[in-house]
Amino acid sequence: MEDFVTEWTARHGATRDRLLPLLHAMQEEAGYIDDALVPVIARALNLSRADVHGVVTFYHDFRRTAPGRHVVKLCRAESCQARGGAAIEEAAARRLGVAMGATRADGQVALEPVYCLGLCAIGPNALVDGRPVARIDAAALDRIAVEVAA
Amino acid sequence: MKVFISRDMASVALGADEVARAFADAGCDVVRTGSRGLFSIEPLVELETDEGRIGFGPVGPQDVAAVLDGTHINRLGKVEDLPFFASQQRFTFARCGVIDPLSLSDYAAHRGWEGLETARRQTPQQVVDAVKVSGLRGRGGAGFPTGIKWQTVLDAPAGDKYIVCNADEGDSGTFADRMLMEGDPFCLIEGMAIAAHAVGAGHGYIYIRSEYPFCIATMRAAIEASAHIVSPFTLEVREGAGAYVCGEETALLDSIEGKRGQVRAKPPLPALQGLFGQPTVINNVLSLAAVPFILAEGPEAYAAVGFGRSRGTMPVQLAGNVQHGGLYEIGFGITLGELVNAIGGGTASGRPVRAVQVGGPLGAYFPPSMFDLPFDYEAFAQAGGLIGHAGITVFDDSVDMAHMARFAMEFCAAESCGKCTPCRIGSTRGVEIMDRIIGARDAAPVTVSEAGSGYLGKALYSRAPDRIDVSIDAQATLLRDLADTMKYGSLCALGGFTPYPVLSALDYFPEDFGANAPVKEAAE
Repeated sequence: MEDFVTEWTARHGATRDRLLPLLHAMQEEAGYIDDALVPVIARALNLSRADVHGVVTFYHDFRRTAPGRHVVKLCRAESCQARGGAAIEEAAARRLGVAMGATRADGQVALEPVYCLGLCAIGPNALVDGRPVARIDAAALDRIAVEVAA
Repeated sequence: MKVFISRDMASVALGADEVARAFADAGCDVVRTGSRGLFSIEPLVELETDEGRIGFGPVGPQDVAAVLDGTHINRLGKVEDLPFFASQQRFTFARCGVIDPLSLSDYAAHRGWEGLETARRQTPQQVVDAVKVSGLRGRGGAGFPTGIKWQTVLDAPAGDKYIVCNADEGDSGTFADRMLMEGDPFCLIEGMAIAAHAVGAGHGYIYIRSEYPFCIATMRAAIEASAHIVSPFTLEVREGAGAYVCGEETALLDSIEGKRGQVRAKPPLPALQGLFGQPTVINNVLSLAAVPFILAEGPEAYAAVGFGRSRGTMPVQLAGNVQHGGLYEIGFGITLGELVNAIGGGTASGRPVRAVQVGGPLGAYFPPSMFDLPFDYEAFAQAGGLIGHAGITVFDDSVDMAHMARFAMEFCAAESCGKCTPCRIGSTRGVEIMDRIIGARDAAPVTVSEAGSGYLGKALYSRAPDRIDVSIDAQATLLRDLADTMKYGSLCALGGFTPYPVLSALDYFPEDFGANAPVKEAAE
């Protein structure tokens, strides 16, 4: 990943405002941002390690450990709650065998909270490996469970 | 045969991609558009015929033959003639759902770039004056007059100025920004180019939340396709990273600068010292997207619609447990009840409406007894709420309002940037108070047992320290006191407005907080 940082900054610039785009690119590449890379990023952008650590930990999107092979982001916001979201959240945790906000022990699937996907009239909603799914019910959860078992 | 099928994220979530594939396989010429904005008829297929575009929806991939021969049971006729659409005033969303979002020729054929051409014939001051005359106010929620903001930036002497579009649409129940960026991205680009001409800015940023991957892709493609038209003005998309607070304008600026998205103290105003310390116009997507109409049709045409000091149209979003959810653009002044019942058709579950939350997670909960409230910035402020980004989330009678109040505090705790104490600490204390209220409410009425009474008993057996009175009344008083501190002591609207959903739930739905009668006397 050190080479990745070098190449990326050579192509896209190494000013401070490139930090978020760089972190997004690194997570896209490796799935997460390893703490060991914080000094590398800091050196590349001429920032302190504390600065970079502060940014990585501030934003919910950035992961510091490897994610599950599949990621289900389930909406917890009000509009999905108004459509039975809390019950679906419980059912999803049971069906996928993983608590909200956790990755299953076998690393197969992670269930993550998300606050609004902007599909607020057709909830409860989720992003399954980036694919939007609406009107989630028990049958939809079954399909998702089969999908993430692969 | 030419068919139109939406590529909007909501339509895709309902299966539009599979439907589009089926029509393409059947030899149709499939045009992917944005969404018309009524989700109960999605996936929607529109067939080009001699009588115009005939809609069918919802349809599935198995329905291709029945749609093509016109016999499908969900034949809707012309979509724009449906009552949901015929009663709208689509100024900003006129093209959304109609055109191919990334087709420059479609955009130009539907009067695209007329606003920018008009603006370029005028001096910057004339453009700013037009926006002032239109009465346009910030559509992100604060309702600040857009023209005055632009005037401040125009008057600021500086080499570099920026246009920043706030597309960090994090409020639950809102999706207008998303729909516009996916369905008519050139409209936003045109609005930003007009703003750049008006204040003398050279570069613009569109800050889009990472939860909107379709938007990010569409806007990037649209920026590339239209670069030669808006030149020398240049644009780029910045992707958020899951922080709700970055929808606050100064936190958003810090985020673009590569920092933690923490709120800045104001003054200085972003209009004078904004992005990288330079004068910056920062506007919501809907504010900027309203500008091309204002320039093309004239500010008077925009100001002719509206109510009181709220001029023009508002793209209202009907969400949550509502039968006909979607985007409904209409002049200000329509009542909340008309929107929820007449347009939205009541709840999707068929149960009675119990509460609506207007304006996202920081907006107040209103009971149906307040449904005569007109949609207007001032009327809502007076009623102890806010329009916000005009999202209306409908709840049926199964909702537990104490849980919703707790959720508001929990959300604030999760999303607080941490800079100011009332928000950072207050939200967590708020969750604890709500837990005590809900705990006391749900506990069966018990007489204090022998073991739990007395000083020693309390110290040994009570989960709460003995100096805390955990009765509902005492906790409700404490909650109001905390809300007061958060409202007046917080640096931005996250901590400052979280009291709106909490106190409105307590005021209008006291029975969910274990009270027999409204406890209103302690309200400010």
